[in-house]
Amino acid sequence: MTGSVQSHQQPLVPSIRPEFERDVLDAGVIGDISRPLSPWERLTGNTLARRIFILVLLGAAWQAYAVWSDNPLMFPTLSETLATLWTSLVDGQLLQRCLTSLRILLVGYAVGIAAAAVLTMLAVTTRFGNDLLSTLTSMFNPLPAIALLPLALLWFGLGEGSLTFVLVHAVLWPMALNTHSGFMGVSDTLRMAGQNYGLKGLRYVMLILVPAALPSILTGLKIGWAFAWRTLIAAELVFGVSSGAGGIGWFIYENRNQLEIPSVFAGLLMVIIIGLLVESVVFRSIEIYTVRKWGMQR
Amino acid sequence: MGRVLPFTGQEADPGVLLDVDNVTLQYKTDSRLVTATYQVDFQVHRGDRFVLLGPSGCGKSSLLKAVAGFIKPVEGQIRLNGAPVTGPGPDRMVVFQEFDQLLPWKTVFQNVMFPLRSRGVPKREAEDRAGTYIAKVGLDRFRDSYPHILSGGMKQRVAIARAMATEPEILLMDEPFAALDALTRRRMQEELLQLWDDVRFTVLFVTHSIEEAIIVGNRILVLSPHPGQVKAELNAHSYGHEKSEGFAALENRIHTMLFAEQNTAPAPKVTRAARP
Ligand SMILES: Nc1ncnc2c1ncn2[C@@H]1O[C@H](COP(=O)(O)OP(=O)(O)OP(=O)(O)O)[C@@H](O)[C@H]1O
Ligand SMILES: [Mg+2]
Repeated sequence: MTGSVQSHQQPLVPSIRPEFERDVLDAGVIGDISRPLSPWERLTGNTLARRIFILVLLGAAWQAYAVWSDNPLMFPTLSETLATLWTSLVDGQLLQRCLTSLRILLVGYAVGIAAAAVLTMLAVTTRFGNDLLSTLTSMFNPLPAIALLPLALLWFGLGEGSLTFVLVHAVLWPMALNTHSGFMGVSDTLRMAGQNYGLKGLRYVMLILVPAALPSILTGLKIGWAFAWRTLIAAELVFGVSSGAGGIGWFIYENRNQLEIPSVFAGLLMVIIIGLLVESVVFRSIEIYTVRKWGMQR
Repeated sequence: MGRVLPFTGQEADPGVLLDVDNVTLQYKTDSRLVTATYQVDFQVHRGDRFVLLGPSGCGKSSLLKAVAGFIKPVEGQIRLNGAPVTGPGPDRMVVFQEFDQLLPWKTVFQNVMFPLRSRGVPKREAEDRAGTYIAKVGLDRFRDSYPHILSGGMKQRVAIARAMATEPEILLMDEPFAALDALTRRRMQEELLQLWDDVRFTVLFVTHSIEEAIIVGNRILVLSPHPGQVKAELNAHSYGHEKSEGFAALENRIHTMLFAEQNTAPAPKVTRAARP
């Protein structure tokens, strides 16, 4: 408002002020340019501390609601669940189930990653591979792994084979999709720099493309892990014991049938705890020592 | 200045290193064929600071990429030491304009080491050379830093150190200082000339700044606007950072050459009218 009024009367003219020059202080006089953080700053800067705080809040809410609703059959308290978790861990039953699940999971995960690596390697080096990968991912990525289980049971029988098959399916496509889009996103300059060194073929892919695409590859690994974990538990829940020793999904299923609700919750909690550990210990450490250190991800 | 050798015509000719022979470069896009340069020929001699100068879009970068082996000429040939260039290789190290040419997952030292090691230079020697060149560009203190904490000018210095440490036949630089502020750019030009004084390498340098071309180069190839054709090849070996009459005359001459089509006289320097 005032500006337009002024422009009618008189153009805006900045006033002329005196000049000055200063001698700047030496950094030594000002003191340390970098200083250690205060304990509070360090605590709030610590992601682990902040996450634990959130977990404590959630746990408190759980406990409060369960005590208030007072219905141990539908919603046991956190303390009761933790106690059950402890006893079933100590008597070795839950631990055994977890190990069974994790073993199958890791096999499926590893095979899925290897298959994704082969597919994306083909896709970045040949045009046919590129077309193949795009077609396959758009066909199979939307297909829920669980939907394949009946077929897998038919093919591989009631055993670890079928579970591994659906796990591979769950991991392969998101992993390949993310890795491939990571490779495609590597800048031309970086590619040319790599070729300029005389790198070719596999060495070029491993030494330039893979590290440059690492943020996307890690995302793929994380998504693949989550999909695999989910798929496994669901498969065990839906189809019960599908191998000699049941896994953690089977543990949940069994206990629900026997109306051991605290055990059901303990099983679920175990799934959550393993997920949390893998995410916040394994993947986070990888990130901290790679992409964050390199400034490729915040 | 020490490096400015007056041209007498008597000196021993160190010989042609790079021969760009009648090179036409084209890009095929989905809908049409773009000719970037048309029948360009020039020869770079050993020890040259050879500058490709021309307006934006005249195909300087394309020529440099062709020399580096990233694109193939549709006509003509590029020969290094008499052998045709067939693909990229560490005998022609490129310093790009972009700051993201360093590998973010390697420290400054590792970045300089990497091409040496992948070329098969023994570890000890590679370490020595990397250390020497990092010191030459004044980045000793940042040897173990990752590139993301460096400023733009520092990244370019690392790229230069990296390229020089491999001791290529010819150093290819595509507007390496264009994205820097004027002060840093001038410093980097001085440093480059200083390095050349020390090491005496051969460099093919792309720029669109007439001033930079005269300062950096001993020989300037002037290219016409799109598609690039050779307009002139000029000597600039007697000019450095000091502005002299000859400098200004050469600057004017090139300016007229480049902008002859648009307006015959060199454009007046745009100056702001004094305001209260
Ligand atoms: N990848 C590409 N695909 C199609 N056309 C391209 C491509 N790269 C460059 N060109 C075209 O080739 C011509 C020359 O481009 P080039 O990048 O070599 O110019 P330049 O002289 O380096 O310009 P500048 O000074 O702006 O960097 C331009 O007309 C440009 O449009
Ligand atoms: Mg260019």
